[in-house]
Amino acid sequence: MVCDTCRERDAVVHLTQVVEGAVTQVHLCEKCAADKGVETTVAAPKTPLTSLLQTVQAQLATGASDQTRCAFCQATYKDFRASGRLGCARCYSAFEPQLRDLLQRVHGATRHTGRQYGPPAPDQLQRASTVIELREQLRRAIELEQFEQAARLRDQLKEVAE
Amino acid sequence: MIDFSLLPDGGTRWLDGSGDHPEIVLSTRVRLARNVEGYAFTSRARDGERLRVLGQLRDAMPKVDPLKGGVILRVDELATPDRQLLHERHLVSKELAGLDGTLAVRTGAALVLADEVSVMVNEEDHLRLQAMRSGFDPLGAFAAATALDDELGRQIPFAWHGEFGFLTACPTNTGTGLRASVLIHLPGLVLTKEISKVLAGLQQMGLTYRGLYGEGSEVVGNYFQISNQTTLGKGEVELLDQLSKVVRHLVEREEEARHVLLRDAGYIIEDKLWRSYGTLRYARSLTFDEAMNYLSGVRLALSLKLLSSPSVYTLNKLLIHCQAAHVAQYDGRATLSDGDASVARARFVRDALAADVGSHG
Repeated sequence: MVCDTCRERDAVVHLTQVVEGAVTQVHLCEKCAADKGVETTVAAPKTPLTSLLQTVQAQLATGASDQTRCAFCQATYKDFRASGRLGCARCYSAFEPQLRDLLQRVHGATRHTGRQYGPPAPDQLQRASTVIELREQLRRAIELEQFEQAARLRDQLKEVAE
Repeated sequence: MIDFSLLPDGGTRWLDGSGDHPEIVLSTRVRLARNVEGYAFTSRARDGERLRVLGQLRDAMPKVDPLKGGVILRVDELATPDRQLLHERHLVSKELAGLDGTLAVRTGAALVLADEVSVMVNEEDHLRLQAMRSGFDPLGAFAAATALDDELGRQIPFAWHGEFGFLTACPTNTGTGLRASVLIHLPGLVLTKEISKVLAGLQQMGLTYRGLYGEGSEVVGNYFQISNQTTLGKGEVELLDQLSKVVRHLVEREEEARHVLLRDAGYIIEDKLWRSYGTLRYARSLTFDEAMNYLSGVRLALSLKLLSSPSVYTLNKLLIHCQAAHVAQYDGRATLSDGDASVARARFVRDALAADVGSHG
């Protein structure tokens, strides 16, 4: 099969185009395909992060507010724009309008339809956080060589763990 | 140096050559990104917060079946060559190992390694639950990751949003937090130059590809990692289904391409593959890229039944052991010059192949 454009070289790229509901087949050689901007080589794909950052940049151009600040982690939308990463879970609320727009562009959707999640019951959490808190205090006491305090904390930890 | 004999299977059971289509699909990995409610995400967290995340996981481990008997490796306390080894075994990302050049290893960076699953702690997200399987097994890997997710989520509160789902540091992972990927060997499609068309089609299917070592890594030795690109708006099973369909199609196309190659250029291909084997068996110096390309040839020869040895397992192991940190470890040194590494690599490959000689050896 020869190229539809130059009618000289062999067609190696076969495109299916849909224009206003009509399907057409285009067959191109490598050179004509390249001239038309069709990617034919094994180039590195755009990483999700790169395309994400491009989307964020585009969003900025449309005037999204840069100075919005998350009350929990103090990150601004500008910080997110620079790093591509949000500061904490609360950022999703702080930057909700911008993020909703971004999620729509990146994923084509904003509503999670996968597995649902319910956080663990509070009493269990309470105990877990007490253990962590005590352990943190115990470590600090040991670092500061407050051994009496450390012994007390160790006993408390034992009690909570039981 | 790190003692891999302490880890379950040295952390490389996923290379054992079992599972579906193991000569084409090397491995399947499923990871779920989760964050712990109440702390800033890893990159914004203070050292103390990251340590508390790790502490919370440590406390939860005895109550979480899939993590029972697991070991905790404090990545932040390991020397660079050890972190490199973990990365080369695909157990930790470049970011977690502090090897991506811009970031040092973070306080609290850790890896929890259990029989069926592992957890990267304080990577981009607080917890990255991972399951790896040999061959093509997305549902098996997903089941293992999900079992861990279910149990761990009962012990540790995950960051969750009624509409957006699981919240992650990067919005590209929001929702399911699921990234399913397969490591696939496509020499037939590369040799028949079909590969660019095939890869171009992936993006339209919501999939993306990378080289052997994740984001930004180059394609070497005809190995491609194919994974889902979006994580929100579709359920986990649907995402896995989409990937599975495409991978099955790729395997078929690859098999067709191999058939065409043998039919149209049989002796050229046969000669090329035997030369690959001969070089690996007897070369005295091999660069990493050379080794990868010849190993690709031998893997192809094996699946075309031109060779009956080495085993797929040996080839998989060589893929890991040909890398710089593993070669240095084999040579008993922390680091090697490129020249010394090439010599040590060739010796390692020769030994491994000699130990695995079959009837055609």
